[in-house]
Amino acid sequence: MELLMASGIGVLTFAGIYLVLRLRTFPVIIGTSLLSYAVNVFLFSTGRLVVNQPPILRDGVESYTDPLPQALVLTAIVISFGMTAVIVMIALNAFLSADDDHVDDQPHGAFDVQRKQRGATMGSDLPAGDAEDEVRA
Amino acid sequence: MTHWIVAPIVLPAMMAAIIVLIAREHLALQRVLSMAATVALALIAAGLAWHAADGTIAVYLLGDWQAPFGIVLVADRLSTTFVLLTAVLAVIVLLYAIGSGWDGRGRHFHALFQFQLMGIAGAFLTGDAFNLFVFFEVLLIASYGLMLHSGGTERYRAGVQYVVYNLLGSTLFLFALGTIYAETGTLNMAHLAQRVAEIGSEATGGLRVAAVLLLLVFAVKAAILPLHFWLPGAYAHAPAPVAALFAVMTKIGAYGIIRVYTLVFPPDLAVTQGLFDTWLLPGALLTLALGMIGVLGSRGLDRLVAFAVIGSMGMLMASISVFTEKGISAALYYAIHSTLATAALFLLVDVVRDRRKGPSARLTAAPPIEGGALIAGMFFAAAIAMTGLPPLSGFLGKLLILDAAAQTPALAWVWAVILGSSLVAVVGFARAGSTVFWKSHEVAADQARVTDPEEEQGAHEAADPPARPPVLPLVAIGALLALLVAVTVLAGPITRYLGATTAQLFAPQPYISAVLEKAGKEIADPHGAGHAEGEAAEAPVEDHTGGVAQDNEGGSH
Repeated sequence: MELLMASGIGVLTFAGIYLVLRLRTFPVIIGTSLLSYAVNVFLFSTGRLVVNQPPILRDGVESYTDPLPQALVLTAIVISFGMTAVIVMIALNAFLSADDDHVDDQPHGAFDVQRKQRGATMGSDLPAGDAEDEVRA
Repeated sequence: MTHWIVAPIVLPAMMAAIIVLIAREHLALQRVLSMAATVALALIAAGLAWHAADGTIAVYLLGDWQAPFGIVLVADRLSTTFVLLTAVLAVIVLLYAIGSGWDGRGRHFHALFQFQLMGIAGAFLTGDAFNLFVFFEVLLIASYGLMLHSGGTERYRAGVQYVVYNLLGSTLFLFALGTIYAETGTLNMAHLAQRVAEIGSEATGGLRVAAVLLLLVFAVKAAILPLHFWLPGAYAHAPAPVAALFAVMTKIGAYGIIRVYTLVFPPDLAVTQGLFDTWLLPGALLTLALGMIGVLGSRGLDRLVAFAVIGSMGMLMASISVFTEKGISAALYYAIHSTLATAALFLLVDVVRDRRKGPSARLTAAPPIEGGALIAGMFFAAAIAMTGLPPLSGFLGKLLILDAAAQTPALAWVWAVILGSSLVAVVGFARAGSTVFWKSHEVAADQARVTDPEEEQGAHEAADPPARPPVLPLVAIGALLALLVAVTVLAGPITRYLGATTAQLFAPQPYISAVLEKAGKEIADPHGAGHAEGEAAEAPVEDHTGGVAQDNEGGSH
């Protein structure tokens, strides 16, 4: 079970870091969520892995699971959930107002040129596509 | 007395809720409530600082639960000093926000401002590592709202970077806390200090990982070199009063390092050997160099000040990483000074941006602004303080840091970088100031020459006198500069006080016993089940011989 947990955390972290290093907001947000899942599982395992035991201290109970990490994980889940919601809203706003979802800080000129080029090619494609659709219809 | 310790957290929290619920549509009422709460916060903070000044360590048990089980707030010299600094800064910044009308340019400025104060005060006062994380999140989520206040494309783009970066920082913080808990079985800082000291030197791999991770987290907050990328964009694009308040946020990283690495991982601990002189010091010096070169290379006043913040954090960290009593108390003095100086500069930049017609904060010559002489004078004073020229407090702070570094082996490096980067900063600020304030007269003369034949300019201006700009912003900036002067004049008493603060930090035993021996409700344990816990479930507790009474009760809060 330790191996499974450890590799699970590792894979989640790996995927999260990979996605965070992308330059678009959507993969970055997915990446941060994956990282927060990884850290939640990690926090959960910090009280040692125990199966089917109660998180209660009582006389005569010899083995039980540590309740504190569960409380910590709950807090961490709530916070990361809220933060993800916030960043989705901010990223949406940034995308809608700038018409561009890059996270990095490129100079504006480069973007505008790229986008204009892309827009130009797309613009020339679109009518053709529409025409095709109409033909099909 | 004891309940006052929680007041700096409860008061802003309640006030924020009241402002949202009652005063949501009334800006004037919001302003009154927010200002009243902030002034009250400053008074309470002053009271707490007064109470802690004689070396008392006041402990507040939330819910009255006994220390390692419940969450504690601790008001010692260090935390009350920082809370007082925050509260005083907040009053002035709020004055500016009201005077300049920033608070009316979007919704919920005052509520977010109060939540931000709650988070900052909580982060300074808490004595529990996980609680520190929670308060970090409180202040961060409020800061996201404040940073995006009044919106705009540029601000949203900078905001995305800021939020993503801090989200990753929070994840890292959780990893660090998880590792610490797995190694020690507690998160209460005083309890941690005990257990870390008890863990033998053979089983310290995980602990060292935790110490390094935690240092990274605080380095993100403090914008140390490889982790500083979030700062210039975020500070330059944040609304000016918010950026000025953020001046204290970078100091939270510094506070975290000072607190954790004097209490939990003290400098003589084998686990953390080399962390400061091998890693933090070079990072800090590079940060200092990069910040000041950034000052020289910035094309806008706002970015220039943001890079000055990075430079000042580098200076602060260089002093901390010396890690002697002298170094820390010099760092504390410099922290107070640089908070006030950067806040004054951010506000000044905003005044300039507001009053210039065309180029906003860009470093280009533009026609002179109204009241230019006074603003230029203020900029001159703040720049002198920031770059560390005599006679203002920056110079004293730098002297203290140079003096503290004189005992280290890396003396040559520290002195060379600090003095060299100061020169670069002086050149950078002089260039900015002369472009913005002096060349404007040349531009005006040129314009006058161009438009003179038509004789339109004079007539136009006479017909349409511009509205008088508000005075309150300048009062706020003046107050910050006056505080800088006060910090300079009272440097003797202040450094003595900070010296006592550092002495308290370097003798953590009273802190530990004050926290752990404070009587409160205990976990009901009539059958002595605590012993079972110590033996069975919490494997890490095996590391401890149970030499201390609390250990038998196991667990954390």
